[in-house]
Amino acid sequence: MSKVYSKIESIAGNVIIVKADGVRYGDLAQITTSFGTSLAEVIKLDNELVSLQVFAGSRGISTGDEVRFLGKSMQISYSESLLGRVFNGSGEPRDKGPRLSENLISIGGPSFNPAKRIIPRNMVRTGIPMIDLFNTLVESQKLPIFSISGEPYNEVLARIALQAEVDLIILGGMGLKYDDYLYFKETLEDGGALSRSILFIHTAADPVVESLMVPDISLAVAEKFALDGRKVLVLLTDMTNFADAMKEIAITQEQVPSNRGYPGDLYSQLASRYEKAVDIEGAGSITILAVTTMPGDDVTHPVPDNTGYITEGQYYLRNGRIEPFGSLSRLKQQVNDRTREDHRPLMDGMIKIYAAYKEALEKQSMGFQMTEWDEKLIKYGELFEKEMMDLTVNIPLEEALDNGWKILSACFEKEETGLRSSLIEKFWPADSLKSKAGQE
Amino acid sequence: MSTTGKVVAINGNMVSVKADGNVIMNEVGYILNGDKRLKAEVIRIRGEVAQLQVFEQTRGIGVGDEVNFSGEMLAVELGPGLLGQIYDGLQNPLPELAEKTGFFLERGVYLEALSRTKQWSFKPSVSIGDKVNAGDYLGVVPEGPYEHKVMVPFNLREEYIVKAVVSEGSYTVSEKIVEAEDSRGGKKSFTMFFEWPVKRPITLYEERLKPVEPMVSKVRLMDTFFPVAKGGTYCIPGPFGAGKTVLQQITSRHAEVDIVIIAACGERAGEVVETLKEFPELIDPKTGKSLMERTIIISNTSSMPVASREASVYTAVTLGEYYRQMGLDVLLLADSTSRWAQAMREMSGRLEEIPGEEAFPAYLESSIAAFYERAGIVRLNDGNIGSVTIGGTVSPAGGNFEEPVTQATLKVVGAFHGLSRERSDARKYPAIHPTESWSKYNGIMPVDHVKYAHDILARSGEIEAMMKVVGEEGTSLQDYIIFQKGEFLDVVYFQQNSFDPVDAAVTPERQKKVFAQILLLLATELNFGDKEEARRWFYQMRQKYLDYNGAEWRSDSFKNYEKEIADILQAKSLGTDKRAASILEDLKK
Repeated sequence: MSKVYSKIESIAGNVIIVKADGVRYGDLAQITTSFGTSLAEVIKLDNELVSLQVFAGSRGISTGDEVRFLGKSMQISYSESLLGRVFNGSGEPRDKGPRLSENLISIGGPSFNPAKRIIPRNMVRTGIPMIDLFNTLVESQKLPIFSISGEPYNEVLARIALQAEVDLIILGGMGLKYDDYLYFKETLEDGGALSRSILFIHTAADPVVESLMVPDISLAVAEKFALDGRKVLVLLTDMTNFADAMKEIAITQEQVPSNRGYPGDLYSQLASRYEKAVDIEGAGSITILAVTTMPGDDVTHPVPDNTGYITEGQYYLRNGRIEPFGSLSRLKQQVNDRTREDHRPLMDGMIKIYAAYKEALEKQSMGFQMTEWDEKLIKYGELFEKEMMDLTVNIPLEEALDNGWKILSACFEKEETGLRSSLIEKFWPADSLKSKAGQE
Repeated sequence: MSTTGKVVAINGNMVSVKADGNVIMNEVGYILNGDKRLKAEVIRIRGEVAQLQVFEQTRGIGVGDEVNFSGEMLAVELGPGLLGQIYDGLQNPLPELAEKTGFFLERGVYLEALSRTKQWSFKPSVSIGDKVNAGDYLGVVPEGPYEHKVMVPFNLREEYIVKAVVSEGSYTVSEKIVEAEDSRGGKKSFTMFFEWPVKRPITLYEERLKPVEPMVSKVRLMDTFFPVAKGGTYCIPGPFGAGKTVLQQITSRHAEVDIVIIAACGERAGEVVETLKEFPELIDPKTGKSLMERTIIISNTSSMPVASREASVYTAVTLGEYYRQMGLDVLLLADSTSRWAQAMREMSGRLEEIPGEEAFPAYLESSIAAFYERAGIVRLNDGNIGSVTIGGTVSPAGGNFEEPVTQATLKVVGAFHGLSRERSDARKYPAIHPTESWSKYNGIMPVDHVKYAHDILARSGEIEAMMKVVGEEGTSLQDYIIFQKGEFLDVVYFQQNSFDPVDAAVTPERQKKVFAQILLLLATELNFGDKEEARRWFYQMRQKYLDYNGAEWRSDSFKNYEKEIADILQAKSLGTDKRAASILEDLKK
């Protein structure tokens, strides 16, 4: 099955057409050009005409170049030797390590049987109060980070990667700036986490088509490790680049676009990746965090919009902080009743007061008269932003809860907090920041 | 000799097949790929080439692969054993699939929807010499809380004379229970189950009736303000995170119907799991049995093949129509119809049809209309009444209700429960928008009563908007009181605490009682010195009502709160609004 064809019928975009027989849908082929070899995937069959999507792009391909069908679909090696390694979107090593070819597994495998799913039950600790306390990340959850270009989303991802209590981190980079790739690599190395990480990196300089493979490869490997009992955290950045690559292919394939040029199956395509997140009874789990940049900060843009319908909540990253409004972890209710008794009430209570602070701030900026209560709110809001929202704050949940009480006690009288008296009795700090503030 | 063919082209999940004989539109074909048989449906025929949508991933299919046409349209099995099941969009039982293939859904594995080994205790209701037609009852078997009627297959056109009937006893669904003969002496034998093509409505009834009887959901905002009738249709559009699925889940739990069919169509698998794990533990107050026994789940979640997603809503409605034929009230909850419409769009794109708005196919509207039209309340041939009510969620792109699926749906449904992002962000449950939503059905309350309350709400909204500009100080006390009345209505009646065991599900009896008191408050002219006093009074009233809403029906504390509320109101009353005179007169009765 290694028949070689040396006549390419047509080349359009990154898709070439050759006449061949015995080819199967989804098979791989190798194209040898004067620039080197590239993999290509069969994306359409029409009688003897075979359409191939060339991973390295079609630039420089001659109609006389050789196409050799490999008789198999995209596969990736799965073994412990993947750990600590960096690969590109075709699964080729990006570091100086050896090529891996043992124990090949298929990518883009079948869907998990809904009847075998279980209700998620474990919290993933990240050390970020805005996540741990207010929108707890749960094992097997799929969550995007909605943000605009320029926000420190990759820094947030790297921090979560370093601190999350997981067995394995898989980073899938799509259209990543080279600097960002190096940043990830160095951060993981410095944090001592590279040895439990696998990186599949497509940089902005690489051919667009290769980025399409990154989520599938990352998730196929994650799935195998999860089945072997590992808790896997998959970080994907940036899914908007992935969607844009799909758009590019769809348009060159002359598919009818549905919304702003994106193909009609955008939802299904994204969902089939995100739905790989799972907690497997008696084995491991896959948790997915995926950066989705919003062009023009527009959440109704097709990519964030479709993502929001698929994922279990979202984190909004704005002005370098995770926004308390709009951010939502749909699964937090499954775990935050088992952390500490004041977790839920504090979570709701503090956000309610923060909302009141925002109103007071508005009042202030409009030049309305400020009451004593408004002043208290302003003080609270500033403390909240400094102690809770600032991304440099790095503390365990329990400390964050204690800090919450400290902030409240520094700004308010007990009954002004709207929290239940029994909780206040138990957790209200004896020596509050307020008395200290009074001394200053 | 059935038709066979060979694959000539593959594009995504669409496969073109050159057939060697007759091909029927929408018939099922199987593509032979290695040791697998992949199910597909004919969706277009051009000359000798048929185009099929494959209900599986198409990876690995090659040009030249053989195809067997079945000669049958895509059908489901109808018979005892459907209740409590969890099926995929093609009626494969998912728990049994898991036993066979483990954690993942391997392609090409199809199982029988109804167990062939389970014994059912059958009691015949026909005797030798009886004449029977399609849809007539042959006997009954107990299934969960109901008597499952065993019927003559719906596709038979002839009248049959019963020649033999088995005696009362235990049989499997595939055993012969009745033998019969048509007028020309043709023999026919019946079992307890048969197949019916999903895309054809079942129309074996005397007549369709107008939906008038309310379908009680125990959600106040729905029952009182935007009611749905048995046999009616409604839609719930809303942006992501507005609580569509939560509302559907609550409805599936508390709705006063006989059978609930949940079609999880292209949505998150995790959400189905909650239902799967919780329903067997919950007791249906009506039957005293587990909720699961009155429920069927069709779960074709977002990562499962798109073509079977398209089929799943038809599978669901066909099962609904089947139970309707037994004189039962069925509620079908489809979440989300947008995913179904998107499945149609994907296929239309592959067929290279000329696209309509946002690339949806031109037949989007007629397909949506045809689906909702399968709802209805009917008088069956034996005089009994059965109904199918359909409630579908819509997930509009960008939360914008102007998009094609929402608009096409609004044209055909009888009630619109629009969810609003503002209300859900403010943690108001349910987030049904109280002024934008509508219903064409009659509910449990007289229309003029509802209208009176609704008018106050609308006025309150206007005043609120004005207050944002002129401030509280620029608003008259009169207006301020109306504003507070609207807020009050919203907080104590529209919003419901779904975590509170009492407030989560409110019976119509209780709704009538509480609503009458609220109407009295709304119609009362109140005596306040200033706005601050008004605000405090309403806060006090609000707190009382929230406690009242949490009190067990007719318990002592319920009665105490009722009395306190009446006293607080009486203390500030200056008389009542004259326009509400007739309403208050009604309430006294």
